[in-house]
Amino acid sequence: MKSETAAGDSVPSAGGGRRRRRPDITAAGLDVQTGTRRVSLWRRLAGQWEYQAMILPAIVFLLVFSYGPMWGILIAFQEYDLFRGFGASPWVGLAQFKMFVESPEFWEVMRNTFAISLLKLLVGFPAPIVLALMLNEVGGLFKRIVQTVTYIPHFMSWVVISGLAFSMMAVDGGAVNELLMWLHLIDEPVNWMSTPSYFWGVVVSLNVWKEIGFGSIVYLAAIVGIDPALYESASIDGASRFKQMTLITLPAIAPVMMIFLILGIGSILNAGYEDILVLTKNLTNGIMLPVANVIDTYVYQMGIQNQRFSYAAAAGLFKSVLSVTLLVVANGIARRFGRTSLW
Amino acid sequence: MKLSAGDKTLRSVIYALLALLGVATLYPFWNSLVLSFNLGSDTSLGGVTVWPRKFTLENYQIVFKEKHIFHAYLITILRTIGGTVLAMLFTSLFAYAMSKKGIVFKKFYTILAVVTMFFNGGLIPYFIVVYHLKLYDTFAFLLLHGMISVYNMIIFRTFFLALPDGLEESARIDGCGSFGVFFRVVLPVSGPVMATLSLFTAVFLWNDWFIPAVFISSQDLIPLQTLLVQIINAGTTASLLTNLNSHAQSLVANTITVKALQMATMMVATLPILMIYPFLQKYFVKGVLVGSLKE
Repeated sequence: MKSETAAGDSVPSAGGGRRRRRPDITAAGLDVQTGTRRVSLWRRLAGQWEYQAMILPAIVFLLVFSYGPMWGILIAFQEYDLFRGFGASPWVGLAQFKMFVESPEFWEVMRNTFAISLLKLLVGFPAPIVLALMLNEVGGLFKRIVQTVTYIPHFMSWVVISGLAFSMMAVDGGAVNELLMWLHLIDEPVNWMSTPSYFWGVVVSLNVWKEIGFGSIVYLAAIVGIDPALYESASIDGASRFKQMTLITLPAIAPVMMIFLILGIGSILNAGYEDILVLTKNLTNGIMLPVANVIDTYVYQMGIQNQRFSYAAAAGLFKSVLSVTLLVVANGIARRFGRTSLW
Repeated sequence: MKLSAGDKTLRSVIYALLALLGVATLYPFWNSLVLSFNLGSDTSLGGVTVWPRKFTLENYQIVFKEKHIFHAYLITILRTIGGTVLAMLFTSLFAYAMSKKGIVFKKFYTILAVVTMFFNGGLIPYFIVVYHLKLYDTFAFLLLHGMISVYNMIIFRTFFLALPDGLEESARIDGCGSFGVFFRVVLPVSGPVMATLSLFTAVFLWNDWFIPAVFISSQDLIPLQTLLVQIINAGTTASLLTNLNSHAQSLVANTITVKALQMATMMVATLPILMIYPFLQKYFVKGVLVGSLKE
């Protein structure tokens, strides 16, 4: 009985704590915590029409440019004709997927995708951590200069990076060949950019070169948060700088590392496409294709260059489904073995 | 603090490695800059490293007098400015309204927006949507692509939520509507977050070559980075020079090479970012941390 009164009546109590507030329209037209009686939807909308008008363009944009394509994935189950349109194109079920899986390029493309992105993860994941650890050991102006310089390539487009790479690795007088010959590591210039067996190495090195500095920012931020007392007591106990690095700094930033590792594994099918496209001259460098073509570039090649829309959409959807599966698996493993999880 | 011998060795090794990394990062840019100021025919003899051997401005003369390159540069500038303004305007308006309490359908809007962060239709369905909207091969599409970033919206919204409640009151009393409050009160105090997100958006738009490569077919609508791909891919001087207009061709002596032109165009495409970079670095770094703290 008592509780009923407390919850259901409208008698103003002295403290006012439990008092129901009447629907209260502010100047902005928003009702502040309405009670049992709600203002009618239309009145609320009319009162806040300006806010709704601010939201509308964004929602329309998302519906058209994000949800439109999501719905458009259905063309993967069609034999889509750009001029007949979605409604008039025939449905073919899983035929496009079957064709993709049975195509001569399938295993090549899958191998390249996994190989390139695994290599990128294997080298590209630890590289910024090592850089952050090293930067933590130096200080002052030198540290700032190295940081400033190594962030630069992140802000350059892959086009510019490829221009630099073609120039640096040129057969005739490229700096890389000159240097290696000067060091007597090679006897004659190597054609780095047109030798299939070097392609994976070139792509991975360029990625590390481009992103190592920028990738180190989050780790440096995590290092800043470490309690300095830990280092002090360690050095009193006679721990060398290297010991402190591996036994204090590294474990302290492990959670951040774990998150980036999970994200990395989850996007293992994103082998990147911009870098591959510019380094193979938009896939026109034929000798490189057998080692360079990954799912994303294959989708581009089949869909945009060859206009086989349904087939390319099927290949793209195949990749998305596989990606989501991998992310769930990676997160499951991480949750089982540690505390870190994405969700 | 005294360092042991081992620590000293470690420290020297680290200094050496970091210096090496710095040089390895900077040298390609520096060398390209040098080559862009060096006579093309001289460059092809090799050996030009840290300083021009035969200084010339002719590479840049060609770049600026060649109408395709100049035009592409204009497209890039217009797209970067227009696209950034549009994206910031509509994303911040969206975020501002979403930061208010009691918005009708707010939950629906939130779910709708967040889903797009994790799922997308992929390149081909996107292409088809754009094609059927008659936006294929239009400048308008270059401005629209990526206009609403849900990720940026969340960052904006977090910022707006942290603003003091009293801020808007006086403007409300003066009779401002919500748009008035946003433009006169909220926007002026959003400097830091606006600067950070604008910079990231502008850098993306400036650097983007892929979207125009897929969605633009007219040569006079492609931006500089996309043209740069064509120039880098041009195998020989002859095939590149036939693409140049006659005015530029008349300027071309046989000292010009593809490489020299590549380097000059590359520098023209890169220098604006390199020049603003030192001043804006703090915003870039701040932006990354804002993003990663969310995770």
